[in-house]
Amino acid sequence: MEKQFKDKESIEDVMQMQEPSKQNRTVKIESRNMELYYGEFHALKGINIAIKTNSVAALIGPSGCGKSTFLRSLNRMNDLIDGVKISGQVLIDGKDIYNSKALRIEELRKKVGMVFQKPNPFPKSIFENVAYGLRVNGISHKSFIEERVERSLKQAALWDEVKDKLKKSAFELSGGQQQRLCIARALAIEPSVLLMDEPASALDPISTAKIEELIYELKSDYTIVIVTHNMQQAGRVSDMTAFFYLGELVEYDSTKKIFTNPEDLRTQNYITGRFG
Amino acid sequence: MLKGIGVISWEFLTEMPKDGMTSGGIFPAIVGTLLLVLGSMLVAFPIGIMSGICMSEYVKDGFIKRFVTVMTNNLAGIPSIVFGLFGMEFFVNELKWGDSIIAGSFTLGLLAIPIVIRITEESLKSVSKTFREASMALGATKLQTTYKVVLPIAMPNIVTGLILSLSRVSGETAPILFTVAAYFLPKLPNSIFDQVMALPYHLYVISTSGTNIEASRHMAYGTALVLIIIVLMFNLLANWLRKYLSRKVKMN
Repeated sequence: MEKQFKDKESIEDVMQMQEPSKQNRTVKIESRNMELYYGEFHALKGINIAIKTNSVAALIGPSGCGKSTFLRSLNRMNDLIDGVKISGQVLIDGKDIYNSKALRIEELRKKVGMVFQKPNPFPKSIFENVAYGLRVNGISHKSFIEERVERSLKQAALWDEVKDKLKKSAFELSGGQQQRLCIARALAIEPSVLLMDEPASALDPISTAKIEELIYELKSDYTIVIVTHNMQQAGRVSDMTAFFYLGELVEYDSTKKIFTNPEDLRTQNYITGRFG
Repeated sequence: MLKGIGVISWEFLTEMPKDGMTSGGIFPAIVGTLLLVLGSMLVAFPIGIMSGICMSEYVKDGFIKRFVTVMTNNLAGIPSIVFGLFGMEFFVNELKWGDSIIAGSFTLGLLAIPIVIRITEESLKSVSKTFREASMALGATKLQTTYKVVLPIAMPNIVTGLILSLSRVSGETAPILFTVAAYFLPKLPNSIFDQVMALPYHLYVISTSGTNIEASRHMAYGTALVLIIIVLMFNLLANWLRKYLSRKVKMN
């Protein structure tokens, strides 16, 4: 448990000062004693974690361990499911996203973008897919939207492949392209956090490599939390790794430490492939 | 059908019935049927579609939802004659609309509402959850998600279902029996409080209680064929619209 509080000093730093110069060292996402129930099922047990600004945190663990549930609680996607109860605190930029009256749920989701496991573009044109987030947030200025769509597609390394067919249906793209389109769609509304729920699990190795490369590049501007089943992937893309098991956060430390010298026996067993 | 083809001619479709319905045409009945279909559409679609959206997107699972679902299914299963009697009692007598297009439209509309609700609800439910999540994750409200993402995707199915419900309405006899249909009325209606003739009822009349059943037999065949063709046209239209809309929804 001590491990998870390693960043405690810096957490307090954030609470006091919010100077931009310190941003690289500040904490972006934090949860304190967070509990989550699906009806009677206790899915997350006392999660304490702090994720730094502009870093990549990987969440690993066997299926059903709660890592996706935790990810989805960061932009309150779990609210869509009936019977979910959450206690404790989840802070983003120091604001409690579940109790703060100041933060509307739509604003939170604008700030915390999400990419899903399976590519899920809308049955609209490539352009409209990326523009959708802007439109629902009340932006209708045409050249502004065009500019933002182009920039987002470039950020997602998709622009060169689609610039001549922006009006074509998003369904004409390959799976890997669709997933990058979904990333562009999430980037278009300028979030500061990007949540990725196994973004490459439905893709072939080449597309996966492209997504990973993308994550590496996006790191400089975004705080990224990625759920993955693929431990090599966690090792390649993340700075910090959190190991979840049966609803508990077993260990959270630098990726290097987790993969070379984990403290907890369960982490060790999982990393070395003894279960899960 | 073969016996009907010989009867159909331009005059048959456009002329008033003559000689105690043994000759002439069925024009007022065709117009009457189309008016009733249009009227019931105006009654059933807004209420039915909105209820369907509400049931699928907004009402949480629980007692109320189960109760309404069971009731809707029950309503959809009630014999149409019961709707006819209700329409006569409520619209014709209670509201004093008399035997009129408006009373008939409301009666047929009531008949169609449960079907429309089911169709809308089922079509919306079949839209994958991933689209809703994607939209909500971009900061869209529930209303925006429903209106901009879910409805367009469900639209081909909804439209097809709606037209099929119309083709059912256009063939109903019992609900219009006591509320609107005229036995013999060789003129077009002037207002929505007029009576009209309608194809299904006209067919019923000339084949069971006409002035001269034998003499009007060929008229009955012709009328039946016209009714079948109208229903067929509705179904073809539904088919075409579905294809058209599903192409459109992917593109735009």
